Amino acid sequence: MTDAYVVGIDMIKFGRFPDRTVPEIGSEAALLALADCGLKIQDMEALYCGNLGQANAMVGQRILQEIGQTGIPVVNCANACATGATAFREGWMSIKAGVYDTVLCVGVEQMGKGLLGGAGGGSGIPKEGLLGSGTMPAVFAEAGQEHASKYGTTFEQFAKVSVKNHHHSTLNPKAMYQIETPLETVMNAEMIAYPNTKLMCSVNVDGSAAAVLCSEKKVRELGLMGRAVKVSASVMTSDPWQERDLVMPDVNSCTRQAAAKAFEMAGVGASDVDLVELHDCFATAEILHYENLSLCGEGEAGHMIDSGDSALGGRCPVNVSGGLLSKGHPLGATGIANIYEVSTHLRGEAGKRQVEGAKVGMTHVIGLGSACAIHVLEKVS
Amino acid sequence: MSEENAARPLPVVPYLKLPEDGDPYIEGQKCSECSAIYLGERGGCSKCGARGTLQATKLSNRGKLHVFSIVHRSFPGIEVPYVSAIVDLDGGGTVKGNLINIEPDPEKIQFGMPVEVVYADALGRKDKDGNSYISYFFQPAS
Repeated sequence: MTDAYVVGIDMIKFGRFPDRTVPEIGSEAALLALADCGLKIQDMEALYCGNLGQANAMVGQRILQEIGQTGIPVVNCANACATGATAFREGWMSIKAGVYDTVLCVGVEQMGKGLLGGAGGGSGIPKEGLLGSGTMPAVFAEAGQEHASKYGTTFEQFAKVSVKNHHHSTLNPKAMYQIETPLETVMNAEMIAYPNTKLMCSVNVDGSAAAVLCSEKKVRELGLMGRAVKVSASVMTSDPWQERDLVMPDVNSCTRQAAAKAFEMAGVGASDVDLVELHDCFATAEILHYENLSLCGEGEAGHMIDSGDSALGGRCPVNVSGGLLSKGHPLGATGIANIYEVSTHLRGEAGKRQVEGAKVGMTHVIGLGSACAIHVLEKVS
Repeated sequence: MSEENAARPLPVVPYLKLPEDGDPYIEGQKCSECSAIYLGERGGCSKCGARGTLQATKLSNRGKLHVFSIVHRSFPGIEVPYVSAIVDLDGGGTVKGNLINIEPDPEKIQFGMPVEVVYADALGRKDKDGNSYISYFFQPAS
């Protein structure tokens, strides 16, 4: 089976673009990714498009209407916050299967502001604030509180995740924000759902990211191996049954299963990973995923954030892009944007936030419901 | 309003049972193969995959607080703050609801604390036809 490589990849600077259409926003990243490898839409054999908000509106085809209707097959994917990663993985599978040699994957989202989620629905009366909360900040607060209950993780430790990721984003011109948020600022920000303050919630932004994937033969034929990034693992899981499933989405088991499979597929261990972009939709979530991804031992996530191990310059930098907390979280784009970040480090092109000598990187997203996608990327030496 | 229209309050969710001649309770569906417990009726067991094995069972009115969050920002019209709580009921079944009669202060709420299920009007919320509802809540065990 051929190996698959990222040859072109890019993202737009995340922001708020209420006057643009979803296909316009997606097209911009698609053209940037094509330009990154010097290829044209005519070179693409298929398009895999991830978008959640307009999942029934043929976004991929409408992107081709903007950049070239070449008649190639288009697959539109929706998979909650794993939407972009799912589109990327569909492209990867088509290369691995030998069906195509060159494909384009695009993730795009236009978000608007405000709370996501909400308990209940259906008939009768609103259940939010009556049967607890289904808002995302509360759901992930409760997930984090499990860690607090087991290991004594503190509000301050959760808040430090946000301090770190906001700091990282000051070095990333494509992040939504480039603002330092000291610990007191994070902890004293408006409390949304304890222990998540407003600065511990990911930013709803508009954005897009895109990647061009090629088979090994094609990369060599095109002479693009110099900046190519090998996709050494692509894994997806759904959430296996857990006893509290019905009232408490489990983001841990699906991540653990995906990570184990990804390490096996890539033939690397957690200690080989030089940087990670993981799903910090809320500060509480990042703490859980340190352990879920084996970046530290069980119960050691609090220490990992305290010690600076997960900060740029630390043992295993996490979310050096600024993460969803500060780079922003356009749901359908996030999964490809984090592959862009890791690829940029493996290429040695990350500027001030470069993780020196990065050879292996990992990306992780969770779509609540749940879909987990993990990719392991490797520098081609 | 006529006698017919002054109907009894409705249950907030189908798995809250309001027997005419008894106390309210939360009903679980228990798999006879693997003992997994669900809220609400379903065709099969998502733990073991068995079909036709789910049987209605009355869940306990006592349990332990698994985790909580104190919600300060919600959707428009929803009164805050409130404590969103996940409770493991004694004997099985996990339920989510508001934890009441406790200060919404993280220092005052302990993981694992014993709680009891109480049943009361659904915070005055009515549906478009004017029906009242009964909901369940958790409070510190007496």
